[in-house]
Amino acid sequence: MTISAAPFISTAIGPPRRGGLDQLFKMLCFSAATALLAALTGVIVSLAIGGWPAFKAFGWRFFTNTTWNPVTDVFGGLGPIVGTLVTACLSLLFALPTAFGVSIFLVEFAPRAIRQPIATAIQLLAGIPSVVYGMWGLFVFAPFFAAHVQLPLAMAATPGSLLDKLTSGVPNGANIFTASIILAIMILPYMAAIFRELLLSVPTQLRESAYGMGATSLEAVWKVLLPFIRRSAVGAVMLGLGRALGETMAVTFIIGNSHELPKSLFDSGSTIASTIANEFTEATSAMHYSALIALGLVLFMITFVVLGIARVLLGALKTY
Amino acid sequence: MLIGLTRRVTLAIAISGALFGAAQAEEITGAGSTFVNPVLSQWSSDYSKITGDHVNYQSIGSGGGIAQIKAATVVFGATDKPLPPAELAQSGLAQFPVVIGSILPVVNIPGIAAGRLKFTGPILAEIYLGNITKWNDPRIAAVNRGINLPNIPITVVHRSDGSGTTFNWAHYLSQVSPEWKSKVGEGTAVQWPTGLGGKGNEGVAAFVKQTLGSIGYVEYAYVIQNHMAWGSVQNSAGRFIAPSIAAFQAAAATADWTHSTDFDLVMTNAPGVNSYPITATTFVLMYKKPKDAARSAAALKFFKWSLEHGQPQAAKLDYVSLPPALVRQIEAYWAKEIK
Repeated sequence: MTISAAPFISTAIGPPRRGGLDQLFKMLCFSAATALLAALTGVIVSLAIGGWPAFKAFGWRFFTNTTWNPVTDVFGGLGPIVGTLVTACLSLLFALPTAFGVSIFLVEFAPRAIRQPIATAIQLLAGIPSVVYGMWGLFVFAPFFAAHVQLPLAMAATPGSLLDKLTSGVPNGANIFTASIILAIMILPYMAAIFRELLLSVPTQLRESAYGMGATSLEAVWKVLLPFIRRSAVGAVMLGLGRALGETMAVTFIIGNSHELPKSLFDSGSTIASTIANEFTEATSAMHYSALIALGLVLFMITFVVLGIARVLLGALKTY
Repeated sequence: MLIGLTRRVTLAIAISGALFGAAQAEEITGAGSTFVNPVLSQWSSDYSKITGDHVNYQSIGSGGGIAQIKAATVVFGATDKPLPPAELAQSGLAQFPVVIGSILPVVNIPGIAAGRLKFTGPILAEIYLGNITKWNDPRIAAVNRGINLPNIPITVVHRSDGSGTTFNWAHYLSQVSPEWKSKVGEGTAVQWPTGLGGKGNEGVAAFVKQTLGSIGYVEYAYVIQNHMAWGSVQNSAGRFIAPSIAAFQAAAATADWTHSTDFDLVMTNAPGVNSYPITATTFVLMYKKPKDAARSAAALKFFKWSLEHGQPQAAKLDYVSLPPALVRQIEAYWAKEIK
């Protein structure tokens, strides 16, 4: 991890003499950056061209309609779009406090002997392929969740109550809630690892000053450490959210894959990525194909907006 | 067995002699249906041991297979949904079936073992339309006398991914239910009126196993391997047929292939008293006048070998080989159409 916190020490030394090798190095870096930009533009343009027939045929209804009918070639993406946003937000809700807890424990409280093992375990979690999370979710987690959480909750709810509305659904653990939990487990290691690096980057003097002034652990973490890293932490959160928005295989296994709008937390739904993964290989009609590519563009736009919001948030936060 | 073996060895020698005499081993490229991939891989591995010809098959899905053969980037494409003759003619393509699979309704109801429950086509359609919602519905009870069906809700499970399995299942429901035909129709993916979707056969099998009161549809091999509780289905002659290789072959034999053009026939709800009604067929697409005639001929030789001698591999993987009469018809079609 090379993400540093706020630029604490800035080296104000100008570049040295420009040799031939230096020029070449600059050129290489420049071409790497432009290649990236070109690839990005290429993706946007080809998605827009591929999705154009769908946008043209359905217009705004593509964003507001829940009908997704490959037989009659009528496509509206509201179900997958809402499913994507709901699962990503829910997963962030679960993962963010946990990631903070894990990283603060590791840096501030954990005995030296167990720090490294836990840190390594987090990195290992990040390395598990998403399809493995999906299979584990389908065969292990979903049945467990259904038997020990979903059924008891559904049985305890009085008919017609808010709890009943929130927990209605097929009691087999394949729903947007379990999909969000699996997503949370998947994005947790990324965020925890970056938070840990950020906390480690807090200068020792700062931490010691806080304790020296008589701050408790809670006060030191809450008033000194977190404000110090929050700028970069927003970036880490956005990285996690980006992964949650685009995650495909694990979600496809466990979300239940219905194109309707989810009616409760325990209802099945779909995300943009899972819909594309499910239907792209066997999409035989041109409009079906185009509608899937159009959904891809929508996902791109959502990610774009998320990054934009992150930038605005970063700008609003004052530098420490 | 011994005769079969001798015949195979003789053929192997004949083929290898013919090929090695003429040229070096050919690389036969193909793409398409994922459904046919296991048996095609087995055939190609056995075939390359005998002849040296290697089949390079990419199982990218039927849609991809059709696109690739139309772009002429492969020697053959494979699709679970036959193309209509007009579309074939437009691209100069020939089409023939290679192997058959079958689809079974499976249930998870306490106290109901495999083979106990009986379904009619209209009942399956009503369940998948969401019109029958409880297992003790009088319409189900009427064909299942003597079975005590519980008062629990039905959870419908379907495939979430586009697939030939879904196409044939929906095609069958369209045959037996006018309401299904007008409201939902048939396709590799459809707008399901109810239920939840599992990814692949394994996803549907997992959801059915984990959900009390559920019904799903999976390929025969998955039912056998996972010991799932299948139900028998009433065929067009009015008999309730348990799934078996013989019943699938009976369907292939009684389906009206002789009157089809370019084998454009989906053989669900096939006539015949012993026919199992819900089957899935994979079709191969090849150019009638290929640019690379040598490779195309090598591909035809491979399919000829597979259709005539590939039955043991197919049976081992729970596919159904085409009946001999149909194989003869296909070979006559090759001779006439593919140059």
